[in-house]
Amino acid sequence: MSEIKNIPLRAFHEEKSARFVPFAGWNMPVQYTSIIQEHIAVRERVGLFDVSHMGEVILTGSESVAFLNYLLTNDFFDLEVGASRYSMMCEPNGMVVDDLIVYRLDEEEFLICVNASNAEKDFAWMVQHSEGFDVNLEDQSRDWVLLAIQGPQSESFLNPIAAMDLSALERFHHQKAILAEVELWFSRTGYTGEDGFELFIPSEKAEVVATAIAERAEQQGLNDFYCGLGCRDSLRLEAGYPLYGHEISDVIDPITAGLGWTVKLGKSSDFLGKSALQKIKDEKPSRRVKFYKLNDRRIARQGESIWSGEDEIGEVLSGTHSPILQCAIGSAIVDSGRLGDPSMEVRLRGKSIGLTWVKPPVHLSK
Amino acid sequence: MSTIRDDLKYTQDHEWISAEGNIGKIGVSDFAQESLGDVTFVELPEVGASFAKGDAFGVVESVKAASDLYLPVSGTVVEVNEALEDTPELINSSPYDDGWIVKIELEEPSQVDELLSPTAYKGLI
Repeated sequence: MSEIKNIPLRAFHEEKSARFVPFAGWNMPVQYTSIIQEHIAVRERVGLFDVSHMGEVILTGSESVAFLNYLLTNDFFDLEVGASRYSMMCEPNGMVVDDLIVYRLDEEEFLICVNASNAEKDFAWMVQHSEGFDVNLEDQSRDWVLLAIQGPQSESFLNPIAAMDLSALERFHHQKAILAEVELWFSRTGYTGEDGFELFIPSEKAEVVATAIAERAEQQGLNDFYCGLGCRDSLRLEAGYPLYGHEISDVIDPITAGLGWTVKLGKSSDFLGKSALQKIKDEKPSRRVKFYKLNDRRIARQGESIWSGEDEIGEVLSGTHSPILQCAIGSAIVDSGRLGDPSMEVRLRGKSIGLTWVKPPVHLSK
Repeated sequence: MSTIRDDLKYTQDHEWISAEGNIGKIGVSDFAQESLGDVTFVELPEVGASFAKGDAFGVVESVKAASDLYLPVSGTVVEVNEALEDTPELINSSPYDDGWIVKIELEEPSQVDELLSPTAYKGLI
């Protein structure tokens, strides 16, 4: 087991009273005040996450686009410079190696942002499958600090301190600009279901940027501005976003997960997993990933069975408390033929609790 | 720093009890609520239920996990804090006052004396 790593801004977060937990090989801030308060701050105002544990791979070379189209399920032929796209990276059997975002920085330069828990595996996978392509891959995971500013007030919060007009930056687009005299990438992306920005900052200059952001937050008198991984999970689950190892994994393919829109079977190239995913689509998945809410505050946790009468028809993949709905919510994998059953339930500590399927965003369901 | 109230007795499982006559009021310590994080649900026992010392009498659930509550002494539940059904976060905001969990009729009031003093509990956390 390799040694647990500290993010570059550890001291900054300690000063903001972060509580740290080990996650995917990193000591990460999990909460500052309260998971629920931080969650609500992001839904109603704006919050800052340090997600520097995420992996960054830089891809360059004349055949970068052809390589991405072979490596990944989404279509990158028409991805413009300044735009980014979400995709799956699949095994030949259609199961998921990781989900990621590809940013086109220049004609022949791409940044690929991957999950921390998969970063080493992903890089090895990319290198292994790059044979025969004129490309170069560099693991720059330690070179970048990634700060996410999320919430409906993100733009009005950041605009006065950014040397660009952020209102002109569209969703899934990025641009290089200055903040606190540091050049960094502003990307209009996030993992909360709210508007927001992700800032890719060269690690050695990140403290200056973080300090400028902290000063702005103080001037604005923002409460619960600093947000940890705890509310990152409850926010993404309310939004209905997948987390690797839960809704997608090496045993759950993207079609089953309801992420078929990221699999472009019609694109003009072969890609890893194509024939397997075509088969899964043609035969229709035997199970489906769906989001639910419970008629109760008891949380059904990963692995809990879902029942229809005396039949076990599925299993919980993620479960948490929704601070917005004030009830338990989650995701589950369920036998496709049973999704229309009239009543389903989980059984927690001897109590049967009714379950309702909801279309994400879960927190906006009636 | 967690607050430890001087007028209470404690257990190794981070419950507290205050006894008046043969009635004991029970909750969880400030240290416990800090460790749990935001409490989202409290499963309360039925009034009239009897438990032996050390029995699990309820569950306190947070975003992170569900944890059993253990009765510090033997007794019968005479009252539960119904406010926790809709506002379980009282355990976070007021663990020693508004966030109390149950009141019990003590079977053996002397059992209270055997529990941890505030000083002994402080040494434990």
